[in-house]
Amino acid sequence: MSWHTFIFGKLSWDAIPHDPIAQGGGIFMFVVGAIIVGALTYTKRWGWLWREWVTSLDHKKIGIMYLAVSLLMLVRGMSDALLIRLHQALAAGDAPGILASEHFQQIFTAHGTIMIFFVAMGFLFGIINLVLPLLIGSRDVAFPFLNSLSFWLFAAGAALVNLSLVLGDFSTAGWLAYPPLSELSYSPTTGVDYWIWSLQISGLGSLLSGVNFLTTIVRMRAPGMTYMKMPMFVWTVLGSMTLVLFTFPILTATLSLLALDRTLGMHFFTADGGGNMMMYVNLIWAWGHPEVYILVLPAFGIFSEIVPVFSGKKLAGYTSMVYSVVGITFFSFVVWLHHFFTMGAGGNVNAFFGIMTAVIAIPTGVKVFNWLFTMYRGRIRFTTPMYWFMGFVTLFLLGGMTGVMLAQPPADFQFHNSLFLVAHFHNMIVSGVLFGYFAGLTYWFPKIFGFTLDERWGRRAFWGWFVGFIVAFMPLYVLGFMGATRRLDHYGDTLGWQPLFIVAGIGTLIILAGFVFQVIQLAVSIWTRDSRRDVTGDPWNGRTLEWTTSSPPPAYNFAVIPSVTERDQLWAQKNGLAAVSTTSLEDIHMPANSSAGIWYAGCAFALGFGVVWHLWWLVLVALLLVLLSAIAFTFSEEQEELIPVSALRPL
Amino acid sequence: MKELEHNTMTPLSRDESHADTTTLFGFWLYLMTDFILFASLFAVFAVLRGNTFGGPSGGDIFSLPLVLAGTLILLASSFTCGLALLSARLYRRAETSMWLVATAALGVWFVVMEFSEFTQLIAEGFGWERSAFLSAFFTLVGTHGLHVTIGIIWILAIVAALYFQGFSRANLRKLFLFTIFWHFLDIIWIFIFTFVYLFGIL
Repeated sequence: MSWHTFIFGKLSWDAIPHDPIAQGGGIFMFVVGAIIVGALTYTKRWGWLWREWVTSLDHKKIGIMYLAVSLLMLVRGMSDALLIRLHQALAAGDAPGILASEHFQQIFTAHGTIMIFFVAMGFLFGIINLVLPLLIGSRDVAFPFLNSLSFWLFAAGAALVNLSLVLGDFSTAGWLAYPPLSELSYSPTTGVDYWIWSLQISGLGSLLSGVNFLTTIVRMRAPGMTYMKMPMFVWTVLGSMTLVLFTFPILTATLSLLALDRTLGMHFFTADGGGNMMMYVNLIWAWGHPEVYILVLPAFGIFSEIVPVFSGKKLAGYTSMVYSVVGITFFSFVVWLHHFFTMGAGGNVNAFFGIMTAVIAIPTGVKVFNWLFTMYRGRIRFTTPMYWFMGFVTLFLLGGMTGVMLAQPPADFQFHNSLFLVAHFHNMIVSGVLFGYFAGLTYWFPKIFGFTLDERWGRRAFWGWFVGFIVAFMPLYVLGFMGATRRLDHYGDTLGWQPLFIVAGIGTLIILAGFVFQVIQLAVSIWTRDSRRDVTGDPWNGRTLEWTTSSPPPAYNFAVIPSVTERDQLWAQKNGLAAVSTTSLEDIHMPANSSAGIWYAGCAFALGFGVVWHLWWLVLVALLLVLLSAIAFTFSEEQEELIPVSALRPL
Repeated sequence: MKELEHNTMTPLSRDESHADTTTLFGFWLYLMTDFILFASLFAVFAVLRGNTFGGPSGGDIFSLPLVLAGTLILLASSFTCGLALLSARLYRRAETSMWLVATAALGVWFVVMEFSEFTQLIAEGFGWERSAFLSAFFTLVGTHGLHVTIGIIWILAIVAALYFQGFSRANLRKLFLFTIFWHFLDIIWIFIFTFVYLFGIL
């Protein structure tokens, strides 16, 4: 090995992409970065940023940081979606479209990867961080430092994905990187390595978050809050985090094996050497299917909080809701094979997984009916969260039904790998998961920031997303029936597909309008925040504990830890059916700031970068730093800050 | 006995503080995720163990006496690890440290034996690139070895912390968590011994 290879690995000037679109993206990223750095320097905010945000262990601030990163990644993922739609609308017959084949493949891979791992997961952990401790009457999560570490690992993964835009290339192997295409012999560049290591780093963060939130729910609930008195959102997070604990280790193992194939020449999934690529598909979906439920269960939970509040009634069928959450959690483990019925596992195996998949529709149906029963004869207020809910119910029902269609193995042999499938899972992820998170953000926004969001622009944003979704994805269902497969960079102009692709492209533009309206909504709301302050702490006439403290809550959330006797504790208190806890104030211990989270995540980033580019010295240095700082960490006692009674803000 | 006065509450007993049991619960959850990681690797090994691609099979390369010796060494280290915890319950610092060092020494012995097995296989041309079976073998056994190595470093850090800080709450907690981790690695090894080596030789 020459000195040059030792120092620079696979890095060279050729690593900087020459494609104008990729360069544009890179330049855009640099400009945004430069503006942020400039603004921070000009306003002398670096110290503030470090003390108040970067090193903060406050779960609410960590939640806000998750949202910020996810929002940036959403912009990136949407740009990818627009490019895909534009290209497919144009690329019929001999028309070249706007993207080269290779670049098109990178973009659909990046779109899927970013939307699932860095948008949906980020929003999910953001929302859980913001409200979970408030909902269970706790001052913090179980392990505040671990929480900060999880976030920074997530951010490091996101940074690594974006780095691939300006240095090297990204994977062209689809969002789950099936071998043998993702093996070194077919993808020799750094693309798949970027994919592996960004997911590995952020996946570790997700795993630690799973440990943290599950422990928080089990150990940190307010006195009196038994499991059957927990708000429904907490139940769904419990189910979701259980799934994280069971499945993310499988993802870690699978990614590691693929990395070992690529870097050390092993033969787990290679076409030669006795490797078994079908095993990869099994492993990745043993994680991948539960992942869908990791995302959607908390969205169900959000709607279960919103619908009762805006219907003025308690949640219908609480107990059946709990059992359906537990049922979905269990069933989501025994359906993974429906992602590859066509692999040839045999009729009986396919039949088992087909039936299990169809069975999942039952607990999900229970939930839909319960939400509708909650609204039935209620005093409904049609606020923006309720708009998102109504849109969700309509579209999610459609997605659920196409899901049952796909669950039938004989029918799946026709739908497999077609745009029908693409339309189906967007139907679940966009109108299921994303609508739910948007509803939750609108609903809890005043709690976190102290003022409500503008309703008018919120409704406009909803209509943009709702109408845009229908216009963008209904044509894909039709195209799937017509035989259009997914990930096409070209198709014949005699097939009659182009008009439908153009309609789908227009739909994406309408969605973009919806997103722009959301940005406007945020801007308008901040601009007029003084007139929309939430001074009561309870702007929606809520039912659960988070509305008993001020908006925004103090760092310690509750001056007095509430004691719980009822399921809808606040509602019961308002109606004189439960007592307000009257314990006297005591000193509060809160964890002090810690810079270890960003430090470890920085090391993880260096490690990932080192492996991608074969900079083995960097990998060694990063590992050594992690080891030494972990040992140093063992010696330091955990730091706490004392908040004396005199500084507490009574309500 | 100076430490006793600082710790009025008996550590590592049933009346642990809320913070201690929360940490313990979280650590158990982490261990379960590690268990699933190993379960995945075991499943992969089970699928690939016959895929020797013209290379050697398990029966051709495993030496049972050597592996049995390694197993006994690791089991002995679990015993010394348990003794360390018993001494810690009685606040005997020197004794605790001694048993911990013994545990680390046995761990090092085990890792060295494994390492020499690996280097010998590679020298004979049976490295991980040879076949899918060998890839799965090196990865599964190597992941366990990596865990043991991390455990050894952890022991040394605890011994140093005990030397400088004594039996503080945090140090006792770390010691307790470490013992769970170490026994967990033993259980994993028993599975490896059975399913990889014994089944391979049979």
